[in-house]
Amino acid sequence: MTKKHTYKIKELFISVLLIVSFFVISSCETNETQTVATFTELVMADEFDTDGAPNSTIWGYDIGTGQNGWGNNELQYYTDRTENVTVQNGVLIITAKQEQFEQSSYTSARLLTKGKFEQTYGRFEARIRLPYGQGIWPAFWLLGDDSNGTEVWPQIGEIDIMEYLGNEPSKIFGTVHGPGYSAGESISKSYILDNDRFDTGFHIFGIEWGPDYINFYVDDVLYNQITPEDVPGEWVFNQGPFYIILNVAVGGELPGAPNAETVFPQTMLVDYVRVYNRSN
Amino acid sequence: MKNTKFTYTKMTCLLGFIFTILVSCERELSDEAVFATFPNTAEIFTDSPVGLGTDFYFPYIGSKATAWTVDNEVSYEGTASMRFDVPNANDPDGNYAGAIFRVDGEGSGRDLSGFDALTFWAKASQAVTIGEVGFGEDFGENKYVTTRTNIDLTTNWVKYTIPIPDPSKLIQERGLLRYSAGGIGPVGSEVGYTFWIDEVKFEKLGTVAQPQPVILSGQDVEQQSFNGSQIDLAASGLTQTFNTNGRNVTVNTAPAYFTFTSSEPSVASVDENGLVTVNSQGTASITAVLAGVEAKGSLKVTSNGSLQPAPTPTLPESNVISIFSDAYTNIPVDFYNGNFQGQGTTGGVASLGNDNILLYNNFDQDFGFVTTQFVNPTVNLTSQNRIHFDLYIQESIDSGDQLTVELVNAGSDGVIEPFVDNGGGLSIPSSELTSGTWMSFDLSLDNFTNPTGGNNFSGGIANRTHMGSITFVSGLTLSSIIVDNIYFYTE
Repeated sequence: MTKKHTYKIKELFISVLLIVSFFVISSCETNETQTVATFTELVMADEFDTDGAPNSTIWGYDIGTGQNGWGNNELQYYTDRTENVTVQNGVLIITAKQEQFEQSSYTSARLLTKGKFEQTYGRFEARIRLPYGQGIWPAFWLLGDDSNGTEVWPQIGEIDIMEYLGNEPSKIFGTVHGPGYSAGESISKSYILDNDRFDTGFHIFGIEWGPDYINFYVDDVLYNQITPEDVPGEWVFNQGPFYIILNVAVGGELPGAPNAETVFPQTMLVDYVRVYNRSN
Repeated sequence: MKNTKFTYTKMTCLLGFIFTILVSCERELSDEAVFATFPNTAEIFTDSPVGLGTDFYFPYIGSKATAWTVDNEVSYEGTASMRFDVPNANDPDGNYAGAIFRVDGEGSGRDLSGFDALTFWAKASQAVTIGEVGFGEDFGENKYVTTRTNIDLTTNWVKYTIPIPDPSKLIQERGLLRYSAGGIGPVGSEVGYTFWIDEVKFEKLGTVAQPQPVILSGQDVEQQSFNGSQIDLAASGLTQTFNTNGRNVTVNTAPAYFTFTSSEPSVASVDENGLVTVNSQGTASITAVLAGVEAKGSLKVTSNGSLQPAPTPTLPESNVISIFSDAYTNIPVDFYNGNFQGQGTTGGVASLGNDNILLYNNFDQDFGFVTTQFVNPTVNLTSQNRIHFDLYIQESIDSGDQLTVELVNAGSDGVIEPFVDNGGGLSIPSSELTSGTWMSFDLSLDNFTNPTGGNNFSGGIANRTHMGSITFVSGLTLSSIIVDNIYFYTE
């Protein structure tokens, strides 16, 4: 990436940026022009255009602290209260608060489409402005259905379309978890914004997922592809179905606890969530 | 990548998109160009000073004027760096290094509004914390001084960022760089070292975000006051904090970056420098905004009207040695506020109509004391046995508040020397303090027995042949005091 140039002369600005843009595109790819997504048949969309609680035909909630802080020693208590989750002015707002609530020091929300919208394959995309600060851990991800508890993680599979740690506001990462490659051994790649941050504006996070591949993209940059060759265990992503999760965690093993610099409340704004299928 | 293919339409779309953005960028630049007629050169030093002219280095008074050189042996990038040799404390040419780098030429300047930070690479001859690096000081108005303090340097090159509190203000800035660094070690015997900085420039990092401006240390301060009183918000510190790459960086900022507002200007007005003036009885709230973001911290000031004068002393002049009083002829006093290094207390002699008082603000800052010195000549108090002073405290008295009075005997040399001269202190507990009324204290000098000046002076003041100073100490509790009629007398 060569976006670190500074532009001194206005007249050069256009041509320089065009060159830079070309370079960005070509640098993601060795010698091919890149297309970030091809699936165009819209099958589900929430544009969050109705103020109030999120659409209950699409979204349900995880409530509480799960087991051991959702398996990660996370510090927040998830609720479905308006203070933690609401739709206002065309965006879904998930708010992480610092407050004593049911023996937890923080509250937040985790929305999921389990039992409401689930499918295998597709292009899953959301436009999000992220929160920031040490200990803040938002995510937009997919989890395989557990067939009424007969299957357990990581066998069910997990696709993290976007994860982000608030102390690294210019970086997100996309990850898959499956049998033999979960948690610390998961297959992951990060994407770093040059001269910009994910908490100061909206960005598009997506995957395009088909048989034997998952492509990860941010905005107009396709930054990773994961195939069965890339995972050291069984490829569990040709089955399913999978459901969508949107959440903001606080603390836990990955981000560590908030510190004195962490500002609360923190909000994740979601402009839309869309799912497309391959059109042909 | 298996699932990517050539799609020219996408490519065209993307180019079209880019072009759209550029067109809008272009419009913004053009709009700004109406105001910005100064060069927007980013670099200050690469391998030599960039675009500063010939006369650009101005050392601070008392600093070693030759501390800065161009080092052609050491560089982070290119062939040279800026080298700063911080002198030892006993260096006859100056006991610290500090200066401004100012664009040469009256009426010159740079347009820095397109940047968001000053950045540089730095290292030092040993791990060291340098006091101040910043910009915005031009030895003119010094309007937009911005300083990052206590920067930890290592022996390896590290990049440092000093965010611009509000770039839109800096359309003609001459003060591109300022620094101040002292030696390492105990006060008075500091040892020098060398540090280098390189690739000094303004940048648009894009990662400087989430501003958190602060006044009054982020506290919502409530203060009792009186008409005519002034409160300087800048004196208690104005800061801007940005999150840069996930970590907070705080800079001290000049008041000109802020817009101050009073809820009731007729009660208390505030000027563009953050100076609050109390005008009439009532209550007003003072708040501030920096670049559209409301600052944390506020001042709620309540005026009870005019301050009544302290009780007029009645003792005959012949019985009194007066340090500060309108009722007597005062002995020669060197100063009523020593402004010693590291001391935060501001203020001194103030006038209320015909009545002079000593008004001290920021009395709880840093070491929380203020000293009045009278060693030219010292005064013999052998035949005096009491001290009188009148005290007025505007703020409410909390249980932990106290006021300590300290007296030091300077000795026959007339120089006040820590660990050499004798002194003694006496503390007045909160139970003897009252808010909003004049309190008169008459204290026996025999009771000044506590060690003083952070244990720098002890032994009491049984020997009072060469008395040289009186110090009021807040214990970091009281934020302001008013004192009048300080005199020694014989009971």
